[in-house]
Amino acid sequence: MNEQVKIDIDRAERTEKLQGMGCKRKRVEDIRFTQGKGSYVDDLKLPGMLFGDFVRSPHAHARIVSIDTSRAKALPGVIAVLTAADLKPLGLHYMPTLAGDVQAVLAEHKVLFQNQEVAFVIAEDRYIASDATELVDVVYEALPCIVDPFKSMLPDAPILREDIQDKMVGAHGPRKHPNHIFEWQIGDRQATDDVFANADVTIKEMLVDHRTHPSPLETCQSLASFDKVKGELTLWGTFQAPHVIRTVVSLISGLPEHKIHVIAPDIGGGFGNKVGAYAGYVCSVVGSIVLGVPVKWVEDRMENLSTTSFARDYHMTTELAATKEGKIIGMRVHVLADHGAFDACADPSKWPAGFMNICTGSYDIPVAYLAVDGVYTNKAPGGVAYRCSFRVTEAVFAIERAIEVLAQKLGMDAAELRIKNFIKAEQFPYHSALGWEYDSGDYHTAMKKAMDAIGYTSLRAEQAEKREAFKRGETRELMGVGISFFTEIVGAGPAKNCDILGIAMFDSAEIRIHPTGSVIARMGTKSQGQGHETTYAQIIATELGIPADDIMIEEGNTDTAPYGLGTYGSRSTPVAGAATAVAARKIKAKAQMIAAHMLEVHEGDLEWDIDRFRVKGLPEKFKTMKEIAWSAYNAPPPNLEPGLEAVNYYEPPNMTYPFGAYFCVMDIDVDTGVAKTRRFYALDDCGTRINPMIIEGQVHGGLTEAFACAMGQEIRYDEMGNVMGASFMDFFLPTAVETPKWETDFTVTPSPHHPIGAKGVGESPHVGGVPCFSNAVNDAYAFLDAGHIQMPHDAWRLWKVGERLGLHG
Amino acid sequence: MTKSHIKVTINGKAVEALVEPRTLLIHFLREQQNLTGAHIGCDTGHCGACTVDMDEMSVKSCMTFAVQANGAAITTIEGVANADGTLSALQEGFRMMHGLQCGYCTPGMILRAHRLLQENADPTEDEIRHGIAGNLCRCTGYVNIVKAIQYAAAKINGTPYQEAAE
Ligand code: FES
Ligand code: FES
Repeated sequence: MNEQVKIDIDRAERTEKLQGMGCKRKRVEDIRFTQGKGSYVDDLKLPGMLFGDFVRSPHAHARIVSIDTSRAKALPGVIAVLTAADLKPLGLHYMPTLAGDVQAVLAEHKVLFQNQEVAFVIAEDRYIASDATELVDVVYEALPCIVDPFKSMLPDAPILREDIQDKMVGAHGPRKHPNHIFEWQIGDRQATDDVFANADVTIKEMLVDHRTHPSPLETCQSLASFDKVKGELTLWGTFQAPHVIRTVVSLISGLPEHKIHVIAPDIGGGFGNKVGAYAGYVCSVVGSIVLGVPVKWVEDRMENLSTTSFARDYHMTTELAATKEGKIIGMRVHVLADHGAFDACADPSKWPAGFMNICTGSYDIPVAYLAVDGVYTNKAPGGVAYRCSFRVTEAVFAIERAIEVLAQKLGMDAAELRIKNFIKAEQFPYHSALGWEYDSGDYHTAMKKAMDAIGYTSLRAEQAEKREAFKRGETRELMGVGISFFTEIVGAGPAKNCDILGIAMFDSAEIRIHPTGSVIARMGTKSQGQGHETTYAQIIATELGIPADDIMIEEGNTDTAPYGLGTYGSRSTPVAGAATAVAARKIKAKAQMIAAHMLEVHEGDLEWDIDRFRVKGLPEKFKTMKEIAWSAYNAPPPNLEPGLEAVNYYEPPNMTYPFGAYFCVMDIDVDTGVAKTRRFYALDDCGTRINPMIIEGQVHGGLTEAFACAMGQEIRYDEMGNVMGASFMDFFLPTAVETPKWETDFTVTPSPHHPIGAKGVGESPHVGGVPCFSNAVNDAYAFLDAGHIQMPHDAWRLWKVGERLGLHG
Repeated sequence: MTKSHIKVTINGKAVEALVEPRTLLIHFLREQQNLTGAHIGCDTGHCGACTVDMDEMSVKSCMTFAVQANGAAITTIEGVANADGTLSALQEGFRMMHGLQCGYCTPGMILRAHRLLQENADPTEDEIRHGIAGNLCRCTGYVNIVKAIQYAAAKINGTPYQEAAE
């Protein structure tokens, strides 16, 4: 074997041993999860622990005439029953929301949505607590309710929020009506109107992204334990953003922040549901402070689906203007946003409609104008980012549906129209008409790869034949080809743009190398299944040359982890992942000084080689990171402090812009409305790939949630404001049987500003998947002049489309 | 409330306990026996997170009273590892194939898969998908769960695991 081959083999072996970036490292978390040894909130048990349960309103809108808790309190095992009257003296009957509104913790004079929290029963066990909720006697006087957001601002609409009736300037400017929350406008309205007035072709469509719910398999829950002697509160909970929760708890309870220990243990999925603060958290805290014993609150599924954080409910009037050749020249969107009874959206403070202004999508659209009106209705509050970065799913749905409507009007192929309007690779960094700076992208390459992989041309040929056969009566099946080419905007986000309650949206990592060369690292984010314990260790392994198996990642304990803004909006990799790399590089810089001292050379004479510093030109003279770590504690160079650790609070210069090309082939039986996904191909570009196995898993999961949203999942209300089907009986969560099989693919366009070029991927498949499914369904019916068909596309609704079109004979 | 006396074998260990007639098996296991591996995802029998094995049947323990388990032999996730403490074929399969993310559905999923493989040692993909239709996962999209079960089946049968062609 010649020398070079030996060196190559040695280097390859050392690299492999690290299990660093780019490898399909098996997950660390799985060892405990596969043995039932995860530790989720409801698994925690403290001595003397009590259980809380809510009395909830059966009405969507009603005045509370009286609340009588005496029968409940008389039940053996019941310790206390809290109502607004108990919370009011503490100033806790309302809590601030992340959107600048306030939300009732327990209803005082009236209820504003069905299942709203009215009283909190605390008892010795969960069965007794549940029994006692039935014994609280509440007398209501029903009021007329508003379910349709288009009726919220009618002159004679009942006023919902009497508590802020006179406050005609809200957190985001003037309010036009007592049921109005905000109006948010962006873009050049005049220029956009001018373009539309003179365009060859325009389209206008009302696109509804209906109300749904993130519904992680574990519901929201908390356990509060107040130590009266020390005046300290420990709060375990399902928190995607534990540090923010600590600050909120401090602000609303008046307890000093250092005496609040917030801990997010293992979390059974989040998808946006576990970002906000809920009445249950507050009541468990108050209960524990008042009673001096631990109080646990665990939501049941019905409560989860009907009260804590719905998503979407965006009614988007979407317009495009184009030349007759198919060049898009303008976009105009008006959104009516149904926020429910309180504005409890979890968006960065300055963004009442999230990043909806990414709605120009992947296209070079010179002018655009977007206006969003948020209104109150008698529905549950929320409006969270369900597996997406703050309304990006809504934005992408708008542009990706609208472009298909335009293609149809122009008589152009929908893929061709997209390609014609893509932002070109050389245009990056690209400034969009609605104010974003897209960091990088190569859309044409991704689209071509995807079209080749799916066999686009032959699919269209097959579809044309099928359509003819359908017209001849030879088949009852319609074939649809769905396309979506999305651009996400993730990793909130520069402090100048993004804050939560005034706290800039940075994130953090702290890395400590122990004397023996193993590592503990802590981040300000919090995994809910994304596998952070595995992937952050891979970043450190590559940066520092220490095997990932020797690196422990810890998140969720606000006493030990550096302050961070948490995990949602695909921000962990773009922000905390960057912090991790930067902190590691600080350590590496110090390690280089130590190595130079050890090898008695100048720092500049050293070069990094996988897991060691070696003397340039003398590869046999080296010090491994492990040796350096020992030296850092044992014999640090003079004038250098001992130890080897670093912390970084990373303030991203920009967000990252992952993108992807998705294709769906669907066959729909017109007589039953049953839609079968024949193929689904997803090409994602999330920049540098840290762990391809985990990326693929994220894509599978996101696509499955997109499939659910597009094809049936919905939180619906009847005209009385009764929430319909808030259980897994009715709320569509696909099983293994109806879930399609996913094909995944990728291109790599690294982010130019991220230390390792990574972009975040967890939400892309959801964002891109929803319009892809809806486009497939719409495409199937397009040749029958069906017009835009609203989601969700369950069999019943598709059967009705067939009925409307007279296809059932 | 008067309590009933029950005798159950849990993961091979004889257990005697007093339970209220209305105590659900899932609460008995989680709260009285401190076996918190089985989870609650819905309370209504739809999600399967609470699945345990009872007398050689998959049972949703949120739909079963503890008193109904009287005299039964129950296996929970805490009892499926190999005798020497190593991961069982299914546990290993879930890890190797990335068949889990948040891990909340995993104990129920593994217990269901365990029974499925007892009933059908070499299931097809379709049989697996139908066999786990009572267990919801919000994270994985099932592709890798199916592979995990195929991996385990191959390992148990002593045949090489081959990833099905896409
Ligand atoms: S908790 Fe038992 S089936 Fe969902
Ligand atoms: S891994 Fe999260 S629900 Fe299945």
